[in-house]
Amino acid sequence: MEGRGHSVCSAYALTVMERSENMMRWLNQGRNRALVFQVALMLGTMLFFFLIGANALSNLEQQGITSGFAFLSQKAGFGIIQTLIDYNESSTYGRTFLVGLLNTILVSALGIIGATVLGFIVGIARISSNWLIAKLAALYIEIFRNLPLLLQVFFWYFAVLRSLPLPRNSLHIGDWIFLNIRGVYMPRPLPDLGFTLLVIGFFTSLVAIGILFFWARKYQEKTGKELPVFPLSLAILVVPIMIIWCTTGGPLHWEYPSLQGLNFKGGMTVIPELAALLLALTVYTASFIAEIVRSGIQSVNHAQTEAARALGLAQRKILRLVVIPQAMRVVIPQMTSQYLNLIKNSSLAAAIGYPDLVAVFAGTSLNQTGQAIEIIAMTMAVYLTLNLTTSWLMNKYNARVLLQEL
Amino acid sequence: MKKYSISTISSIVTCLLMLSGFSVQAGTLDEVKKRGTLVCGVSTGLPGFSSTDEKGHWKGLDVDGCRAIAAAVFGDANKVKYAPLNAKERFTALQSGEIDVLVRGTTWTKHRDTALGLNFVGVNYYDGQGFMVPKKLGITSAKELDGAIFCIHAGTTSELNLADYFAKNNMKYDAVVFDTHDQAAKGFEAGRCDCLTSDQSQLYALRTQLSKPYDAVILKEIISKEPLGPVVRQGDDAWFNVVRWTFFAMINADELGVTSANVDAMKRRSVNPAIRRLVGLDGDKGQSLDLPDDWSYQVIKQVGNYAEVFERNVGKGSALRIRRGLNALWKDGGIQYAPPMR
Repeated sequence: MEGRGHSVCSAYALTVMERSENMMRWLNQGRNRALVFQVALMLGTMLFFFLIGANALSNLEQQGITSGFAFLSQKAGFGIIQTLIDYNESSTYGRTFLVGLLNTILVSALGIIGATVLGFIVGIARISSNWLIAKLAALYIEIFRNLPLLLQVFFWYFAVLRSLPLPRNSLHIGDWIFLNIRGVYMPRPLPDLGFTLLVIGFFTSLVAIGILFFWARKYQEKTGKELPVFPLSLAILVVPIMIIWCTTGGPLHWEYPSLQGLNFKGGMTVIPELAALLLALTVYTASFIAEIVRSGIQSVNHAQTEAARALGLAQRKILRLVVIPQAMRVVIPQMTSQYLNLIKNSSLAAAIGYPDLVAVFAGTSLNQTGQAIEIIAMTMAVYLTLNLTTSWLMNKYNARVLLQEL
Repeated sequence: MKKYSISTISSIVTCLLMLSGFSVQAGTLDEVKKRGTLVCGVSTGLPGFSSTDEKGHWKGLDVDGCRAIAAAVFGDANKVKYAPLNAKERFTALQSGEIDVLVRGTTWTKHRDTALGLNFVGVNYYDGQGFMVPKKLGITSAKELDGAIFCIHAGTTSELNLADYFAKNNMKYDAVVFDTHDQAAKGFEAGRCDCLTSDQSQLYALRTQLSKPYDAVILKEIISKEPLGPVVRQGDDAWFNVVRWTFFAMINADELGVTSANVDAMKRRSVNPAIRRLVGLDGDKGQSLDLPDDWSYQVIKQVGNYAEVFERNVGKGSALRIRRGLNALWKDGGIQYAPPMR
């Protein structure tokens, strides 16, 4: 009995071993093993997030905390100092989200443009043959690149802007522009009859200029002669607008700011929070972009410049037609990450009261509704979307300037 | 291909198992006792309520609220760890269990009491929203503030009250919203705004921090009800009771005239049954609260009664010099009132 039982057992053990050996053999094939682990990892990740989500939901319910997105249609009931779209105290939380989002986009877009322009200028100045210019550029880079951004935001806000006068003693240019501690007040253009005509004229001119550029290039390729594109396009832009302006008798009038009671009313206002944040983001990011531009230019083999000179190109054209296009290949990918940084850094707005998405939505709205998870998730989704879009656009552009090897 | 070791996989699995096991913490009272310290959420710095002195010790009306709870639980008012929070962080910190109790001038509103999973324990300071303006503007009433710019602390009821008040009076305003009290006050001082608005007690506190406090005036008008009080998590009744009765003990001590100075003598000699119950000689003492029998004695001895705490931090004995007003006892014309200790 014992012997038989033993042999059955061992036979069974043998089959099990055989099977597991087969299994191991199958697993040991690289492709199969990779597949198994990928599937396991994916399932694990999905399980992980599922558990986190379920856990959060059950905990919220257990603690009696309201969840869901119903709050987005509730009345927010607080004011925001800078809104690009219609907003008042009776608007909804959904609306505050949009207001915050647009304010974030505004400061990021302006910052990216400013930092790029300033960065290019400083980057080129950095390798200028003029000793003074080169050293000044280097000094600029070393100062602003090495100070924490939050400190710079505070500096521009508290130190520089705070030295401005109170509204009653505003610095001013005529009766048009006023500068004081509460911001810059400018006349606001208000469209009259015939304004549409002006807009149509403007865009028609732009299209005409585009055609001119295209045609001038073809002409140059064919004949080798250059047309004076710049003065021509300026004329195309200005002349029709002047004609429309004079015939309609000025389709715009201005609303001037004026001191009424405590503050200036009317006109347009640039609040100091926007100015300080924009200045800080621009100056800080430009110092990095300058270094990127410098490295890009220096990465272009010097023989290229010499060859271009030998062909008789002017110095300005060497830079524009030979060096920069090649430098762009090095510059663009690094520039992308600077842009992404700038967008993320714009959230330092909360520190000085600029009403960006983090201050308005992930700040006040979060506190008034108490729905942290939903609001933080939405805010993160916004930054992710903004940054992925920026990086997608930059990658598209990068693909265009990439070296096309034939 | 990368090699996944057994240990990596097993550690991932363990993590997942642990995560699924997470749930709401056990009773806060037990947890506080086990930990040996109370974690108390306070402001990032508001003189008179919660701020640090030059030696780095926390002082103030709210801080004494924290100390009283520690005295009741441990018999030692110093066993508190303070968590400075700005207005935006405070509820999340309490909900997530990072702090045991929030004593941070938090206004009791329906929404906060019902939708955030929190409970307000009582009112340790009856306040109302007020306005502070530079004296040189010559403004005497909030009605003259049409078109003004306000500096304000983000995430407070002040933001909402301000909007309500201006809508009601058909006036316009702009608000610059700062992250902390301190920055809002700095903005006001620099002239970024015409007016600083907040709970009136906070205005008195912030005024002491201005470089020239008497260049600013606080208007008489109060535009809102701001009952400020300690907050705990909803659904933990044992802890709720501890925090609530610690506070009530201080009010009752004020009413019965028991102070930190005379509590020992009272304990020895008093024949008044109410006092004997208050100092833990009669009645069920600490039993029903699951606290030591001398819990209320320790609160009075180490922290003081409500009057002492008030006068020391925001009243006569402080730079703020706020009068009791609404915060006087019910029998003195105020509305501070505690149920009897029996």
